[in-house]
Amino acid sequence: MSATTQRAGVVSFDAEMTDAATRTANGDRWYRIRSRIGKTVLAVVLVGFALLFLYPFAWLLAASLKPRGEVFDNALIPETFVPHNYVEVWNQLPLLPWIGNSILIALLAATFVAVSSSMVAFGFAYFSFPGRKILFGLVLATMMLPGAVTMVPQYLIWKDLGALGTWIPLFGANLFGSAFYIFLQRQFFLGLPRELFEAARLDGASYWGLFTRIAMPLSIPSFVIIFLFEFQASWNNFQGALIYLSAGSVSDYTVPLGISYAMTTFSPTNGGHGDYQYVMVASLLVTLPMLILFAFGQRYFIEGVATQGRKG
Amino acid sequence: MVARADAGAAPLDRARAGRAPESGPGPARQRKNRKYNRREALAGYLFISPWIVGFLVFTAGAMIYSLVISFSNYNLATNSGTPAGFGNYAELFDDPKVALSLGNTLFYAVLAVPLEIIVALSLAMLLAKVGRGAGIFRTIYYLPKMTPSVATASVFLLLLNGNTGAINNALRFFGIPGPQWLIDPNWVKPSIVLMTLWGVSGTMVIFLAALKNVPRELYEVASIDGAGAVRRFFSITVPMISGAIFFNVIVLTIAALQVFDQAYLLFWRDQTSSSPAASLFYGVYLFQQAFRQFDFGFASAMAWLLFVIILLITLVQVKLSNRFVYYEADR
Repeated sequence: MSATTQRAGVVSFDAEMTDAATRTANGDRWYRIRSRIGKTVLAVVLVGFALLFLYPFAWLLAASLKPRGEVFDNALIPETFVPHNYVEVWNQLPLLPWIGNSILIALLAATFVAVSSSMVAFGFAYFSFPGRKILFGLVLATMMLPGAVTMVPQYLIWKDLGALGTWIPLFGANLFGSAFYIFLQRQFFLGLPRELFEAARLDGASYWGLFTRIAMPLSIPSFVIIFLFEFQASWNNFQGALIYLSAGSVSDYTVPLGISYAMTTFSPTNGGHGDYQYVMVASLLVTLPMLILFAFGQRYFIEGVATQGRKG
Repeated sequence: MVARADAGAAPLDRARAGRAPESGPGPARQRKNRKYNRREALAGYLFISPWIVGFLVFTAGAMIYSLVISFSNYNLATNSGTPAGFGNYAELFDDPKVALSLGNTLFYAVLAVPLEIIVALSLAMLLAKVGRGAGIFRTIYYLPKMTPSVATASVFLLLLNGNTGAINNALRFFGIPGPQWLIDPNWVKPSIVLMTLWGVSGTMVIFLAALKNVPRELYEVASIDGAGAVRRFFSITVPMISGAIFFNVIVLTIAALQVFDQAYLLFWRDQTSSSPAASLFYGVYLFQQAFRQFDFGFASAMAWLLFVIILLITLVQVKLSNRFVYYEADR
């Protein structure tokens, strides 16, 4: 009997460590030691990976506080502290307009896509109409369409619409919903109890009223997921800014394009002084809002990503 | 029931069942040959109309536009094109940079995707093992995913520096002479893979969610039957999360074939300096042809070639998955 208990304990060691530990608490001492070693190894590995993932952030923070000559020295504690970099960067780069532009574009992009995707999702979830299945299949199919294919024609479409040289191409298409978000929001709507809508219909609510007064208030969690996802995507959008903004004036850039511009112009090969410490400050400042966003919306981000996998 | 009698709306529960409603008590049923309530259908179309417009203009319209342009020599200045027949497509074979960039990109994908899957799955399994306390590690592992690609690039540009970079410093500590990551053609792709791996946590989270759904009893039963850790991994874990593996492989492959930000920021941002030919990825060359040379016809032909390649690869992956992916319903 004791042999089987012990065996079960040993093999479930990997699957459920704490469980294994308690089960063998009165088992042999050797096993307890092994379990403790296993736990320690696991902890060391996890912490090791954490340090590996955190190192570039620490490096960036340190570099942003160094004078020009020391940026590349890899010291995690700067030999010479130059917090003044954080003051001077605003003079060196038009960081304030860049941040303003990025915030405005990201807010518009996120709001537009969250509202339009919700509307479309409600259409697919609540109503039945000829071709609904086919159309929803098309929505899902567009998720697989590589962005590189539509990059050139979308540029020409915006050109034909006279929107080049404006910010509109960076959020305009968001007015028409986005496949993954439509999918996400539709799933949420389908989970709402039918009776809510029936009761409201009896009370004389219009279809639009069902959407704005019942569906939307109840779907705030998934609305927030969409909003945060798109805000992040827009904030980080480098290629779009490169295509649509790089021909314009520098103060109209977004932060990602601005940093890329600074990396190039500060380079000594382009007549710069190699003031990369300001690039580091700017890089930190563009990252920080995302880290704060994640600190507050972690649950939503993780849930949103996990849902992406579940649709597969 | 009462609400249905007024036939105001299609029941959500029918939508949930995923099929068009056949009949229901009420007017819709009485007229047997019309399954749909006209008012309701109209409202449905109105609600989805933003997507329809967007699809017609920015997806279907864009694709047709792109196809037309690919058969012409587009002139940006006059905003007009002259017919080019298959000229642009013929040029795909004549221009050695197309084959070069395609080869680079496929090589990168073959290197990056398996590594991303292995690292993401390993991390997810580690986290799944911890149970309580995994939260803080998950948060830390996810932070790189939140970092804008420019910030990642500006840091890795310096970390990967062959002489002074921290990565080679670390290697030197272990007595390994580090390569010239950003200059040596053989190490260009590994350096981008390294950057990609730093942000692998999105894939990890999907695996983590899948691992949580694997029934514990399976492991217990297998353990009693004497299956070791390796056996349990291949006989239980892999089949049970095969859906997530399949999804990640497809999504990561499509992303790898379009790699742009990292390659552009590390190698092609500065148009005054030259970069190794090994760093010319398909997405970068396509971008250059479109938005630096303004050769939209050729760029569109390149885009269609990429589309066909991605489509073929995805189809092969779907075919293969039919043999390997385990779905709950098949049980």
